[in-house]
Amino acid sequence: MTFGLQTAAYISATVLFILSLGGLSNQESAKRAVWYGIIGMAIAVAATIVGSSVSPSMMLIGAIVVGTIIGAIVATRVEMTGMPQLVAALHSFVGLAAVFIGINSDMSVHDFASKAEMIIHEVEIFLGVFIGAVTFTGSIIAYGKLAGSINGKALIIPGRNLWNIAIVVGSLVLLVMYMNHAGSWTLYVMTGLAFLLGIHMVMAIGGADMPVVVSMLNSYSGWAAAATGFLLGNDLLIVTGALVGSSGAILSYIMCKAMNRHFVSVILGGWGDAKGPAMEIEGEQVAIDVDGVASALNDADSIVIVPGYGMAVAQAQQSISEMTRRLRAQGKNVRFAIHPVAGRLPGHMNVLLAEAKVPYDIVLEMDEINDDFPDTDVVIVVGSNDIVNPAAQEDPNSPIAGMPVLEVWKAKQVFVSKRGQGTGYSGIENPLFYKENTRMFYGDAKASVDSLLAQIN
Amino acid sequence: MKLGMPKEIMDGEARVALTPESALKLQKLGHEIFVEKGAGEASSFADQAYADAGVTVVKSAKDLYSQVDVVAKVRPTTSAELKMMKKGQTLVGFFNPGGDEAGLKQAETQGVNVIAMEMVPRISRAQKMDALSSMANIAGYRAVIEAGNNFGRFFTGQVTAAGKVPPAKVLVVGAGVAGLAAIGTAQSLGAIVRAFDVRPEVAEQIESMGAEFLFLDFEDAQDGASTGGYAAPSSPEFREKQLALFLEQAPEVDIVITTALIPNREAPELWTKEMVAAMKPGSVIVDLAAEKGGNCKLTVADEKIVTDNGVTIIGYTDFPSRMATQASTLYANNIFHMMADLTPEKDGQIVHDMEDDVIRGATVTFDGKITYPPPPPKVQAIAAKTAEKPPEKTPEEIAAMEAEAMAKAGRQQTGLLVLGAAVMAVIGMYAPPSFMQHFIVFVLAVFVGFQVIWGVAHSLHTPLMAVTNAISGIIIVGALLQLDTGNSIITILAGISVLIATINIVGGFMVTRRMLQMFNKS
Repeated sequence: MTFGLQTAAYISATVLFILSLGGLSNQESAKRAVWYGIIGMAIAVAATIVGSSVSPSMMLIGAIVVGTIIGAIVATRVEMTGMPQLVAALHSFVGLAAVFIGINSDMSVHDFASKAEMIIHEVEIFLGVFIGAVTFTGSIIAYGKLAGSINGKALIIPGRNLWNIAIVVGSLVLLVMYMNHAGSWTLYVMTGLAFLLGIHMVMAIGGADMPVVVSMLNSYSGWAAAATGFLLGNDLLIVTGALVGSSGAILSYIMCKAMNRHFVSVILGGWGDAKGPAMEIEGEQVAIDVDGVASALNDADSIVIVPGYGMAVAQAQQSISEMTRRLRAQGKNVRFAIHPVAGRLPGHMNVLLAEAKVPYDIVLEMDEINDDFPDTDVVIVVGSNDIVNPAAQEDPNSPIAGMPVLEVWKAKQVFVSKRGQGTGYSGIENPLFYKENTRMFYGDAKASVDSLLAQIN
Repeated sequence: MKLGMPKEIMDGEARVALTPESALKLQKLGHEIFVEKGAGEASSFADQAYADAGVTVVKSAKDLYSQVDVVAKVRPTTSAELKMMKKGQTLVGFFNPGGDEAGLKQAETQGVNVIAMEMVPRISRAQKMDALSSMANIAGYRAVIEAGNNFGRFFTGQVTAAGKVPPAKVLVVGAGVAGLAAIGTAQSLGAIVRAFDVRPEVAEQIESMGAEFLFLDFEDAQDGASTGGYAAPSSPEFREKQLALFLEQAPEVDIVITTALIPNREAPELWTKEMVAAMKPGSVIVDLAAEKGGNCKLTVADEKIVTDNGVTIIGYTDFPSRMATQASTLYANNIFHMMADLTPEKDGQIVHDMEDDVIRGATVTFDGKITYPPPPPKVQAIAAKTAEKPPEKTPEEIAAMEAEAMAKAGRQQTGLLVLGAAVMAVIGMYAPPSFMQHFIVFVLAVFVGFQVIWGVAHSLHTPLMAVTNAISGIIIVGALLQLDTGNSIITILAGISVLIATINIVGGFMVTRRMLQMFNKS
């Protein structure tokens, strides 16, 4: 195959990738869009093997076959609640591959037309390996935190930002040494440092900020691929890497905006400093039993359900879906309100509800439904906390002041399904629980909804 | 502590302060419970039921008073009852501290601590022990039932083969707890309900119950928030307008339920003789304020009378007692919650915390001293009016602000573009042409990426991540190119890279497909 033909194949693969991402603008076209992506990938791989006459060694065939089997098993087995972990794990693979390719490139022999070209090449190696290494360990830690095998709390070591800066400066020094032919060891030391940076950076970020971290790592894996593309002079890699990189960056931006926080403050840690004492909360949390919630539901005409991470933890989505089906069969208007940062992955709640067969046209975004709360009879909050916290609007001293929230308290009645008293991830008291139209429905979310099901005819 | 309930001695009082159910809960707080023999009979709670709940049944009131530390009652104690109590004992029940100065004095000299249930402040925290509300709720319901009992027609309108029946028109005056309960009951029986209250802020509550609020246009409207949620006396001008409104309603309505009470005052006269005269024969008036003189001056307390023009006026004062079982259950719960607040450690030890708003407010004598009236509670009953909004901006100001923001964004963008161009120029000066070619591709791809991704639906963000994951497996291309270099370490590393990139591609695409299959329209 000629170079021209290979390039043509790469161009069509690129176009297909763009169409594949663009198709995600709505649920129906998305189903077709995946196929564009798959075909694009097939074309790209085939064109590379044929065009660059890669010999069909056992290594190649073995790796592809084994990889396909593992990938297929993982994809069919994974629980939808486990999506965040899977996504994080897949990111780490891209990172590791980028590290290997960079190191390989260092070991290979190259001829350069000019000194400038050599410098660029060396910088590319360093950059590719650095981003890849940070992505790799960062994703592994994120995986561990999301899967629960590593404590989800933020681990803050003293002088954390100094450590980060020291690692980056150290890497820069090693880069200069590498360019002055100090040897390949500088590259390996830098790889080790970047591994540490990845671990340290994600260890310091707590559970509810994970959506930002996962989309940030998504972005990094793209930039790692793009850097590899520069290294190998391959435009397909550059374009695809840039697409993925910008996609992750936009997701991170959307997540940060939904929390009214700056990207830097999420990554470098901590809530903003409070400007004064938090507002006093008056009243008390009033509990309610199953009968009370059931009769309110049976009487209500319009119901909004606000799911959060707690729903995923309790695996309550199937029960909630069944409840929704029954309530809708009675002619009630049942809808779901999804906050952009609900769950541990952008769009996590949507996927869980879709899995439980909740029709997507009754699952609405925050901006679509916020104005409807005053006309809503009953709101059920299942396992979410900060995203329905009125302090964000009422208390200028609250750490989450200004964060856009679902205004559930404007509804006639709010039921909060929650394990027990206590604050959410951020440790911020939620005045919603103390409001006069709020009743606390204590207990495990799934058990609570199941007991409700028995009473909804 | 030992907690006892004597029999209510007032005529016709059927309620009790403890039920077997509440006795069980009180025991969990660590208290020991005593009941006078036959105390619960009138409200259908047999002595045996109390005994089964672990309560000691005592023969006489005298025995009871001498044994216990806390006495729980419904009606205010008579002088004789109070005499049986000694220093240090606590009395919980209605006490009428505003109207019964002699009783208050007697409790003071005897050293009895009195917690008056009607003095529980109206704040959210204390709602569960607000006995006035729980009793008023019953009174409101019962008022409609009594009215229906004496009203010769249907409440609901019907068209039958035998002719058309118009719906009854009910007017509820005073939309407190009793009024609202009456509105709800009449409404659910099918009547057309109208309601009036001097506090304009309750209009919303009236309408939420399905009744029509009779609006009185008056400048100097009352703010209920400043008086703890209760109505205050109104000005003469207001009264005049109000009476005119009622006179207009009188010939139209079939049933009038008046519930207007002002704390510690005689009930205001709202339904005058002229209004009664203007009503149709067969109409019914239920005066829930009969105990305090009545909102209608023709009302006779505790009696039902029929006027010359055939209007029935009901002046019963024992509505809650007419539903004794229900009323006792609710009242006993109020008492239980009060005891729960008094026993914070659940160890049977009473802590009479005079710093607590609710306990302080309800305590009228403590430690041999009269503590009535209480200081205003630290917590407001109803949130005070919100601070005034900042002045609205004029359209010109808004336009100016928008222009300012646009200009700022423009300056920022220009700055970034200049900076970007400078960086490009520096790179262009040193980098070889081959790099620049790739760089163009890279920058354009980033821009295309931004444009495309903004269009992605929020609900598809997880599939987006999965598909970008799969696509970033494109790094396989790089690994493929390195497979054939001949160096065995390189080949092995490249082989591993191919393997994991394949996992990424296959896993990513398959899981995306799986997810998207699940998104179904209803």
